Amino acid sequence: MSETRSGPALLGWLLACAVLLAVLGVLSLCVGARPVPLGEVVQAFTGYDGTDDHVVVRDVRLPRTLLALAVGAALAVAGALVQTLTRNPLAEPGILGVTAGASFAIVVAVATWGADSQVAMLLAAFVGSAVATVLVYAVGGSSPLRLVLAGVALSAVLAGVTLGIRLTMPDVFDSYRFWSVGSLAGREQTALGLPLAAIGVGVVGALLLVRPLGAVALGEHVAHTLGAHVVRTRVLTVVLVTLLAGAATAVAGPIGFVGLIVPHLARRAARGSIGWLVTLCLVLGPALVLFSDIAARVLLPTGEVPVAVVTAFLGGPALIWVVRRYGTVAL
Amino acid sequence: MSVLPAGPTTRREPVVCVLIALATLAVAFVALCQGATWTTPGETLAGLLGRGDQSFVITQWRSPQVAAGVVFGIALGLAGAVFQNLTRNPLGSPDVIGLDAGAWTGALLVVAFAGGTAGQVAGGAVTTATATALVIYLLSLKQGFSGLRLIVIGIAVNAMLTAVSSWIVLRAELEVAIAGTAWSAGSLNGLDWDEVAWPFAVVGVLAAVLAGQSRALHQAALGDAVAVTTGVRLGVHRFVLVVAGVGATATVTAAAGPIVFVALAAPQIGRRLTGSAGVPLLPAALTGALLLVTADLVAQVVTRPVPLPVGVVTTAVGGLYLIWLLVKEVKR
Repeated sequence: MSETRSGPALLGWLLACAVLLAVLGVLSLCVGARPVPLGEVVQAFTGYDGTDDHVVVRDVRLPRTLLALAVGAALAVAGALVQTLTRNPLAEPGILGVTAGASFAIVVAVATWGADSQVAMLLAAFVGSAVATVLVYAVGGSSPLRLVLAGVALSAVLAGVTLGIRLTMPDVFDSYRFWSVGSLAGREQTALGLPLAAIGVGVVGALLLVRPLGAVALGEHVAHTLGAHVVRTRVLTVVLVTLLAGAATAVAGPIGFVGLIVPHLARRAARGSIGWLVTLCLVLGPALVLFSDIAARVLLPTGEVPVAVVTAFLGGPALIWVVRRYGTVAL
Repeated sequence: MSVLPAGPTTRREPVVCVLIALATLAVAFVALCQGATWTTPGETLAGLLGRGDQSFVITQWRSPQVAAGVVFGIALGLAGAVFQNLTRNPLGSPDVIGLDAGAWTGALLVVAFAGGTAGQVAGGAVTTATATALVIYLLSLKQGFSGLRLIVIGIAVNAMLTAVSSWIVLRAELEVAIAGTAWSAGSLNGLDWDEVAWPFAVVGVLAAVLAGQSRALHQAALGDAVAVTTGVRLGVHRFVLVVAGVGATATVTAAAGPIVFVALAAPQIGRRLTGSAGVPLLPAALTGALLLVTADLVAQVVTRPVPLPVGVVTTAVGGLYLIWLLVKEVKR
């Protein structure tokens, strides 16, 4: 393809995004209820001596930053995959009800079986997002706008029932209050190994799937000629999307719109190359979630806004822009 | 699925309307009997007439809530029918396109930053709901007007406004925030007569205005040309409709929070029950009342002793209904 011609420009983009991500990463270690000067942050890693600042940086901010990186990468890559697979610019795990399905399944699992292990939560998230994906596509058919409506409707039903369950069992769900609105706050102390591993597997899988997915995106006949397994690629893509969106929801709660905004930002730079699209999403997704999470910490004088509130506020304009730009074609 | 032109009133319509009204009264009476405890129908009747020791509970605690269910249901049903007629799309109802969220954000802004008497809250709600309607309409204009595009843009605006209002709630003092959270799901719990008096009056006026427009609505549904030739001044007619629809939505939202999906479902259910060709106002209003009173009764009973916000019930039921609408649309 045209990768050789646009290679240097793309590398430049990637580098710029990586620098942005690094800056945000450092900011994320410094900014918060207790501002830590940059020198102290560096000191916390080079010469740790257990002062309050050092504890905050290493035990609270570092895990939270890593979590934001992983969740951002997972949601953005899931969005890129599902948009490419369905050739639908409005497809996004949050809008399509996939994240709502995952969080609903987790709440049901906690309420009925008292599931509290991470394996159980991940499993529930996976099943929930898979069922939601199938349902929304069954209802929405092939029209992009109708898919959005189906996703929003399913999200509304699930959110209503989820809220009902939570209100009837306040004791059980006390510790899930922040999670239920989509937030990275208070997740620092949980073991992140398993969900991060799941996201890692999903991201690697997505990178491996880039070539066959690119072939499938060109149309079924072309894909056959190029020797790609159409059905296998489609099934694998859906599995990866549910894995990524499910794992992200299991750790951070339902965070919407990241999978919509990021691929659209990256698409123009990627110039039709799905490999570059996924790569750029891998950098830009974490950058967006980190940015939103930092904003979530400073927007309130007294505490924190759930990060999902920030992404929803940024996502609304993105959705309007996409609808105005692509919506007419698909009607 | 576009709204079909309104035909002549079917013979079924008056009969069905009376039946829906009777059903609403029956459910409302059951709701009067069912509070935190069950009062027998006999005692409830006696209480309504001011006799018996349950009288205070029934006339001062339960009655305002049940009456709010009926009146706000009528208002939401009317608002839904108005906007579904204007957009000629069953999904173009105020709760889907973000007018509820707009009114809600305005009400919260007033409460959080301006103290907020009932009148100010209502003013804020009406202002932001109107602004929201205007913004959504302008954004959806591109190479002409598309109903579905307007709806998806409305969904986006809805998401942004919801984000803003949860930010306001989180900013507020803890007590305001807790009240705001229950309110933000849409709730009739704990309303008293003082709180519902002025919204009832506003809804009454708006309903009367809309009743005056119903013939014009009928003609307009047959097409712009027909409407103009039969003497409808379309510009004035549409302006009155928008003002009344936004007003009804904002009034209910200011008093009870954003109760979603009644405006979406009631006009469509009413239309199917009466077998009308268009989206007539009266069946929509009556069905709205029946839906909201029933949903509130369910919300009281499901999770006793702690009542749910009624919005949770209407969201779940209304969302299912929306999915069913979409399934039907795909099958065509």
